[in-house]
Amino acid sequence: MLRSLLPALSLALVLIAIAWLNPRAISYFGFSLMLNLAIPIALATIAQMFVIAGNELDLSIGTFVGFVGCVTATWLKDAPLLGVVILLGSIGVYALLGALIHLRNLPSIVVTLGMSFVWQGLAILILPKPGGKAPDWLLALMAFKPPFIPFPIIAALLIAAVVHFGLMRTSYGVILRGSGGNSAALKRAGWSLLRTKIALFALTGLFGVLSGMALIGITTSADANIGNGYTLLSIAGVILGGGEFVGGRVSPIGAVIGALTLALAASPLLTFMHIPPDWQVAANGAILIIVLAARVLISRRER
Amino acid sequence: MVSLRTLLARPWIWSFFGALLVWLATIAFTGGYGGGGMITAALSLAVFTVIVGVGQMFVITLGPGNVDLSLPANIGLASAVAMKVMDGNDAMIAVGLLAALACGMAIGAVNYLLIWALRIPPIIATLSASFVIQSVDISYGRGLQIKPPPGFADFTNWQVFGIPVLAILTVLFTIGAGIVLQRMIYGRSVLAIGQNIRAAWLAGVNVGRTRFLTYTLSGALGGLDGALLAGYFRGANVDIGNEYLLASIAVVVIGGTSVAGGKANVPGVWGAALFLVLLLTMLNTFGVSVGVRLVLTGLIIVGVITAAGGQKALR
Repeated sequence: MLRSLLPALSLALVLIAIAWLNPRAISYFGFSLMLNLAIPIALATIAQMFVIAGNELDLSIGTFVGFVGCVTATWLKDAPLLGVVILLGSIGVYALLGALIHLRNLPSIVVTLGMSFVWQGLAILILPKPGGKAPDWLLALMAFKPPFIPFPIIAALLIAAVVHFGLMRTSYGVILRGSGGNSAALKRAGWSLLRTKIALFALTGLFGVLSGMALIGITTSADANIGNGYTLLSIAGVILGGGEFVGGRVSPIGAVIGALTLALAASPLLTFMHIPPDWQVAANGAILIIVLAARVLISRRER
Repeated sequence: MVSLRTLLARPWIWSFFGALLVWLATIAFTGGYGGGGMITAALSLAVFTVIVGVGQMFVITLGPGNVDLSLPANIGLASAVAMKVMDGNDAMIAVGLLAALACGMAIGAVNYLLIWALRIPPIIATLSASFVIQSVDISYGRGLQIKPPPGFADFTNWQVFGIPVLAILTVLFTIGAGIVLQRMIYGRSVLAIGQNIRAAWLAGVNVGRTRFLTYTLSGALGGLDGALLAGYFRGANVDIGNEYLLASIAVVVIGGTSVAGGKANVPGVWGAALFLVLLLTMLNTFGVSVGVRLVLTGLIIVGVITAAGGQKALR
């Protein structure tokens, strides 16, 4: 029980630390600022969560987000129809990868490693140097300022709720998770493992596209390397959120909370704590290690 | 005498075949010009991938989920440590190499400590460790402008009849690694754990110690690689190891080692490393842009793994 609360507890801990270090940060404006990049990180984490649910790993999601960003800042603005076709096509590529990995029994780590070069190369071809501009409707959406509750929080709640319903509450969601939990049983029950793998990879592609678009909506222009850090962030977010690498054990709500924790811990907290920039990466690693250590302690006590 | 058929059945032959094909394509393009120099350059660059590739191979052979993501950070830190300890002084070369090795071994040991104590997947453990190492490196190596001792720089660039001495030494090292893997208790234990960790444990293999040794070995090779890279490129650098994360995993897999664990292939690491380096040279010779080069590299990796496929999935 305590274990399932751990992601929320670590988020609360980070929030308390921020409130203690700088009480003024706990405000509408403070949260809007601190959670600025939380939406794309949360979407990328959800994308990673879908492949992890199927016992696979996507090492290309970061460069894919960068690729989507470059398409968004160029074609989606200048030739919306072509832009939409390219983005849908890239989701199709993800679906094909899922099929390839299943049919040829390939290690997803290596296939996605190779694809990370492909996405990065395409991004550089589209946008050799930083630039481009986000479509106006996307800028307007990401700059939306609802009353009382900052937009990133509403968006995070919405993402968590939609994915939680789809993956945890629908019957096909159970099948998708089952493909990671016990694929042999699923196969004997007559479900197509090829189809579940294609569905999981296509969902990863879809949320990767959403993440890249959200990112460009915030940064307003793109750069081929803009998403590179997202691969590791998304994996860390899924694990922080209580997901496991094997067995189809994932949690969409946990993943979003994990992503928020990472987004908060990434820079504002460390700047408030007067940690020099040199050690901020280390602090991220330390936060991961501490949360995982806490998880071990808790599961030992519960056993 | 080995017949052609049994030779073709060896999985590692294909990576050498690919390397040869890429080399031939390049000299066909240049009209035969620079073929020899290309091999010399490929050998000297492949060495660095082979050294970390062997370490990564032992780790991956341990079985599903085992992978060392801390190698780039490890290489970066070790290169700084080596340069600082050597301090441009020829007399300190051995001490500097030992310091880099010790630094790498410590990182490997910490990696295993995290995996064991926190019971977290090696991917996350080595990833979190690499964040911390990276910071240590940024802080420790800030503004580091120390050049390697002249003797060390010459040694890493030393060639005999167009063959880099470092490459010869690395060939000897890989032969040693092959013997350790196939003929020694430690190597057989690694293979046994990769095939079935529970069966290995029941058969009396000391699983914990073997895994500890393997992560320490991978760390040590990363440290050594960092020192050699700093010598070859004449200086340490935080980013010096960045490309070796993907490269170390790619050479292991293209070289015919099973990502499901329990089946390793030492010669394949050499073939795959030469293949990747020559591929890069070929694309550079053809004068393609960075973007096209990346796309082709990625597609070739996916193509090779698809053609070689049919193995059990990693996890």
